[in-house]
Amino acid sequence: MTTLTADRRTQPLGTMGFMLRSLHLDGTLLTGLICMLAIGLAALYSAVGQNTALLAGQLLRMGAALIAMLVMAQVNPGWLRRAAPWVFGLGMLMLMLVLLTGDVGKGAQRWLNLGVRFQPSEIMKLGLPMMLAWLLHDRPLPPSFGMIVVCLAVMIVPVGLIAVQPDLGTAILIVLSGATVIFLAGIGARYIIGAIATALVSMPLLWFFVMHDYQKSRVLMLLDPDSDPLGAGYHIIQSKIAIGSGGLFGKGWLNGSQGQLEFLPERSTDFIFAVIGEEFGLMGALVVLLVYLLIVGRGLYIAAVAQDTFSRLLAGSISLTFFFYVFVNTSMVTGLLPVVGVPLPLVSAGGTSMVTLLAGFGILMSIQTHRKLLAR
Amino acid sequence: MATTDRLKDHWAEQRLFLHRVIAAVIGIVALIIVVLGRLGQLQIADYEYFSAQSQGNRIRVQPLPPTRGLIYDRNGSILAENLPSYQLELTPEQVPDMAETLSRLARFGLIEADNIDTLQALIRQHRRFDSIPIRHRMSDAEVAAFAIERPRFPGVDIRARLARNYPHGVAAAHALGYVGGINAADMQRIDQRDYAGTSLIGKIALERRYESDLHGDAGHEAVLVNARGRIMQSLNAEAAAAGKDLILTLDIESQLTAHRALAGRRGAVVAIDPNNGEVLVFASEPSFDPNRISVGMSRADYLAVQQDPDLPLFNRALQGAYPPGSTIKPILALAALHYEVIDPNQPVYCNGSYSLPGSTHRYRDWKRGGHGWIDMHGSIEQSCDVYYYELARELGIDRMESFMKRFGLGGVTGIDIAGEKNGLVPGREWKQRAFSKRADQVWFPGETLITGIGQGYLLTTPLQLAHVAATIANRGQRFQPTLLRGMSDPVTGAVEFAEPVPLESVGIVRNDQWEQIISAMSAVMQGTRGTARAVGIDAPFTLAGKSGTAQVFTVAQDQEYETEELEDRMRDHALFIAFAPLEDPQIAIAVIVENGESGSGTAAPIARTVMEKYLRDML
Repeated sequence: MTTLTADRRTQPLGTMGFMLRSLHLDGTLLTGLICMLAIGLAALYSAVGQNTALLAGQLLRMGAALIAMLVMAQVNPGWLRRAAPWVFGLGMLMLMLVLLTGDVGKGAQRWLNLGVRFQPSEIMKLGLPMMLAWLLHDRPLPPSFGMIVVCLAVMIVPVGLIAVQPDLGTAILIVLSGATVIFLAGIGARYIIGAIATALVSMPLLWFFVMHDYQKSRVLMLLDPDSDPLGAGYHIIQSKIAIGSGGLFGKGWLNGSQGQLEFLPERSTDFIFAVIGEEFGLMGALVVLLVYLLIVGRGLYIAAVAQDTFSRLLAGSISLTFFFYVFVNTSMVTGLLPVVGVPLPLVSAGGTSMVTLLAGFGILMSIQTHRKLLAR
Repeated sequence: MATTDRLKDHWAEQRLFLHRVIAAVIGIVALIIVVLGRLGQLQIADYEYFSAQSQGNRIRVQPLPPTRGLIYDRNGSILAENLPSYQLELTPEQVPDMAETLSRLARFGLIEADNIDTLQALIRQHRRFDSIPIRHRMSDAEVAAFAIERPRFPGVDIRARLARNYPHGVAAAHALGYVGGINAADMQRIDQRDYAGTSLIGKIALERRYESDLHGDAGHEAVLVNARGRIMQSLNAEAAAAGKDLILTLDIESQLTAHRALAGRRGAVVAIDPNNGEVLVFASEPSFDPNRISVGMSRADYLAVQQDPDLPLFNRALQGAYPPGSTIKPILALAALHYEVIDPNQPVYCNGSYSLPGSTHRYRDWKRGGHGWIDMHGSIEQSCDVYYYELARELGIDRMESFMKRFGLGGVTGIDIAGEKNGLVPGREWKQRAFSKRADQVWFPGETLITGIGQGYLLTTPLQLAHVAATIANRGQRFQPTLLRGMSDPVTGAVEFAEPVPLESVGIVRNDQWEQIISAMSAVMQGTRGTARAVGIDAPFTLAGKSGTAQVFTVAQDQEYETEELEDRMRDHALFIAFAPLEDPQIAIAVIVENGESGSGTAAPIARTVMEKYLRDML
């Protein structure tokens, strides 16, 4: 291969730097990720009541996810671009298989059992932005109206398949991952305004024709959690008490009464941010958010300096989508958004999304470390 | 922003992308500020409030289950009540090792090892912090024994709860049904929030049909708990609203009489008030003990009940489909009068058997040697089969079919218990649908004849037959059978009575035709040659009835009918329908005794005892 890493000659490298380069890893991004994973383990240890068996399970998943990251970092972005339609096609195939044969977990049909049980919608989290970036790569930007229509058509099919599983939370996140690609491609302001207007108009339609009762009740609970303190409102009430009682500096690690006394449901998964808020207070939450911002910022920087359209769009989309996870989860836990079942990325217990996330960061690292010398 | 130049301009594109990234960063910062603002509001501005909620007051909200409504009979006797009892409950998130805990409880004898899988499934259905009942109605000895061992079972506790009790046990079980633990299937049909603290739900019959009324509305209370999770004090509470009490149409005295009269047999008794469709007696034997079933029988016991060849769980009154035998004759006589196919005063000669013209197949009369010359009145009084072979041939199956359906046969009556069977009124169209072979799809004339004596394909349920008796007593006016007389508000005591639901009346039959048939039915009971004369003659009230004996076993041609040789279960079913008093019918009844052999000999005496019990105050 003719690819050489960018600034090897201009910057002196230490042993550490040399190792990172030869593994195609990005030091800044890696630092942010490791920090976040460490914070996550600490929070989880407290949330699961110091159950080391559960913690070991999470460590194992982290290991698998880091390997996925390492593997993706080695894949040349050009190769990744050529593979994009195939990845997308494979994801579509699996989504259809889920509808036909999938396992039913928690009342929704999301799982595919191919030796290991996994959710094909996870593949789409990367597959869709890859596909859109591939579509837009050779086209002049900003995209023409026809191109936008093609992109929307490509988006709507997988999103529809996921929405009927039903997994509205994931469907919305995948819409966002696609929308960020189109946004970054530079579509005109009138399209953006049009899209926002359409979203606003379709909300009542979603409410009356698409949403299930349990989904509606989650939205209603947001407005008035006390109307149903035993059911859907319970999560929000308990979560707010946990965070609010944490104050500025928190109650200290392993000392959060709401979390430790098990008032707080799903404290190791979707509501783990409440454990952080209770035990580490506003300062702890601020640190967590700053680390997230560091990761997102580095991701956007990588996107900005990337050398081709595909890399730019994909890197930007992965970074922005990651931010949406953080925003949706923290808003949900603090009672700003309805409870939609989005985990806190890199922190919440549970494996499937961790692997996809770190694989995505592997792609970012690959884009950053496979840059060609501009001099040519 | 639209570019006219559609060639790729890398510098412009990169600049555009950069602008977009900057816009995104501005958006990100704005959203982060929103989240930080919210955190500031919760953790700084409202810190005092939430801190008080969390530290000083550890408030837990817990559900207050409503008290289930009681069930009374028509005279106010209690049929279902709530008695305090102890049960074992388990809170999943406090149990360190679920499988181990359950197996230790099984070894301790508190739950059954066979049930562990079922319990695990039940536990998965609940939230981690719910308290789930895993064993109902513990004995005092079990409570004492567990109390000592309690520290070894974290997350498992004894709770005092109200348990459903049916004072009359088996006697009315098929009407009342029973309650049981809420399983995965039940979860699908209830609002789970309303059942947060409820552990029992109506499983079958009335307990299920009126579940939403009986259950009431759950309340909740906020409680203070100490650092170890124990409840210290109850704060504000929204009381639960108790379920409504049901007042049934059943007369438990008559029900018990029917239950005792059927004891040791398989059969059913259904009695209806002809004036409004109120079901007075609804008995099916053998029965089961709802008190044992509702607390969760052991698997072995349940299998024993389920595999009992007498089918105690089978609701014969509702779902048993039997050939009506001769009890169908009054309806067919009415049909003949209406269509004027036969002169009621013109006697027919009965020599003991009947053959279709051009056929040698002999259709027998139950009486060897026959009844001789007999008119319509006599044909009902003595239950002459030959008369009805002739009558059926004259009517034809089409008219018979439509006329029987006017009495509600072949369809559900609409009683307020689920699972009612349709029975079957056969006809040409039905036969075409029911049989796959072309040769079988044809309706044969011989099939019309045996339908004329209530045999062949014709099937009725005891409930339908009681409804027929009530309809005859009421001269064709029909009411939907119901077991619910009204509901009473447990707080105010106000009773809301249910209105009788009229069904489409039989119509078309003239009044003098009704009187003709009813007088013949009264002769069955009190005439000189009535088949049930032995039962009716000394009755302290006037009554009309019709016996029936339905073949289970087909006797081959030219073979004599030898009762002794038949296996018990091959013997004829005994049926009887009746109503009383003649002048102003208050009760219409149907009795079926499986393999009881003789309608007049076995079923009629049961009908009379039950009617006598119900009419006790009028006598």
